[in-house]
Amino acid sequence: MVDYDKMLNSRIKKVKPSGIRRFFDIANEMEHVISLSIGEPDFKTPWHVREEGIKTLEKGKTWYSPNRGFAKLRNEISSYYRRRFSLEYDPDSEVLVTVGGSEAIDVCIRCLVEEGDEVLIPQPCFVCYEPITEMAGATPVIIETKAENDFRLTPEELESHITPKSKLLILPFPNNPTGAVMRRSDLEAIARIVEKYDLFVLSDEIYGELTYGGERHVSFAEIDGMKERTAVINGFSKSYAMTGWRLGYALGPAPVIDQMTKLHQFAIMSAPTTAQYAAIEALKNGDSDIESMKKQYDMRRRLVVGSFQKMGLSCFEPNGAFYCFPCIKSTGLTSEQFCLGLINSKHVAVVPGNAFGECGEGYIRVSYSYSLDHLGEALNRIEEYLSEIKNR
Amino acid sequence: MDELLKLLSGNSKFTSDELSMILDEPKDYLEKQIREYENTGVIKGYQAIVDWDKVPDAKVTAMIEIKVTPQKDTGFNSVAAQIMSFDEVESLYLMAGSYDFAVYVTGKTMQEVAMFVSRRLSTLESVLSTSTHFLLKKYKESGIDFYEDDSEEDKRSLVL
Ligand SMILES: Cc1ncc(COP(=O)(O)O)c(C=O)c1O
Repeated sequence: MVDYDKMLNSRIKKVKPSGIRRFFDIANEMEHVISLSIGEPDFKTPWHVREEGIKTLEKGKTWYSPNRGFAKLRNEISSYYRRRFSLEYDPDSEVLVTVGGSEAIDVCIRCLVEEGDEVLIPQPCFVCYEPITEMAGATPVIIETKAENDFRLTPEELESHITPKSKLLILPFPNNPTGAVMRRSDLEAIARIVEKYDLFVLSDEIYGELTYGGERHVSFAEIDGMKERTAVINGFSKSYAMTGWRLGYALGPAPVIDQMTKLHQFAIMSAPTTAQYAAIEALKNGDSDIESMKKQYDMRRRLVVGSFQKMGLSCFEPNGAFYCFPCIKSTGLTSEQFCLGLINSKHVAVVPGNAFGECGEGYIRVSYSYSLDHLGEALNRIEEYLSEIKNR
Repeated sequence: MDELLKLLSGNSKFTSDELSMILDEPKDYLEKQIREYENTGVIKGYQAIVDWDKVPDAKVTAMIEIKVTPQKDTGFNSVAAQIMSFDEVESLYLMAGSYDFAVYVTGKTMQEVAMFVSRRLSTLESVLSTSTHFLLKKYKESGIDFYEDDSEEDKRSLVL
């Protein structure tokens, strides 16, 4: 008999399974659930982008790409950063094309930290940074962001968690699950602390194209002195509705990208070829697609946020991504109790806030990446649920 | 296109509260706007979009191309008035191209529709010829997907 427990890596075994996953499994078991829990665009990839993928398949362009990604794609990424953020990245040495933003995050963290290092992670946040840090042998240091600060990271919060072991700061904005964004002045304040303590920053800007209310997203690398201390993570999943193509990228200083490329080369070889051809088309001719999807998200966002406020749940205005994060503390229930009750009695699935870190307790994540009709129906049911709780 | 009309033509059941949030406009302004659209006939009415195939005594629909001789004084209008007066005619359009009118006719059976065409439409004085096409399957209508193999359920997976 094989003793698998002995066989398996103890560091991996110690990593906790994803909290969202557990809740998804409950939702999956049930029939006729209407969900507000999915974290990917409901839109299909724009047709001209899909068509480009199809064309290259028809021509039989099915080989590996270079390890760093096709030069043409890296050039397009570089010119996108120039026109959109006024940032210069050398396509040959400062760009790495990866399997989604996910792989870029993984190789970036693994290249930077090791045992004895601390990684500063503001929560609530996307679930991957903490386990990847643990798997790299480093120690996650959680910084709890607060609703009263609109879930932004403040320089005071950051500074109070810094120790001599601090090495890497994760900046997950626009934020999943809160929808929080960091404006230029917020980033400048963080930059001063980063400089003072000689930190490196992984700025996950995968939702960078999805911000609302006039001000566009500012990249952390745009802040004075920060480009040389930042790996920017981005990708095609959210902005171009290309989740299934699995394509993302990292931009950063050449010495960091070099090491990341080495890891990527041995673990992955190269990102999917067809997806890269499609992505070139997306970057070249996809600006108007982003605008029209963003307009739809914004209408949905206003409906969802406005409806929660009408229901009497306090909900700060999320200005990025496609999530809102209402507070359910007034119901007297925990996040999990609230979500279980909602799914059992009204068959509506949302994700408990604590799946994104303990400080998400008392909140729920509601994705508005759904049609207005779908959202309207789900919101009505949530309203019924709330009045039933109140009258219990 | 006007965002309000676009929303209502997709779903006329949005409440003015919902519309106000979605469009970020005051509720009474939108209500006034809708009333004005109704009064001026921009909004002609509100209908349910029915999937008749799901209703027990289903209907069949045909699209009939008609070529006519336009009348001296009234052109196509007097012919159109005759055609649209039949209850069987659901929609009627004047077309540019190789025929003049597109007529949508519904009936209980193909037989019934065919009889209507040969007895009532073909016999009209100015009608030169007709060509009847029966609808076999509805994939999309009024912007709504009827192709259920693919559409109704959310194909997204729960991943992370
Ligand atoms: C904040 C954040 N970063 C990264 C990712 C990973 O996206 P992908 O690997 O599809 O690029 C996600 C996906 O949900 C996310 O929400």
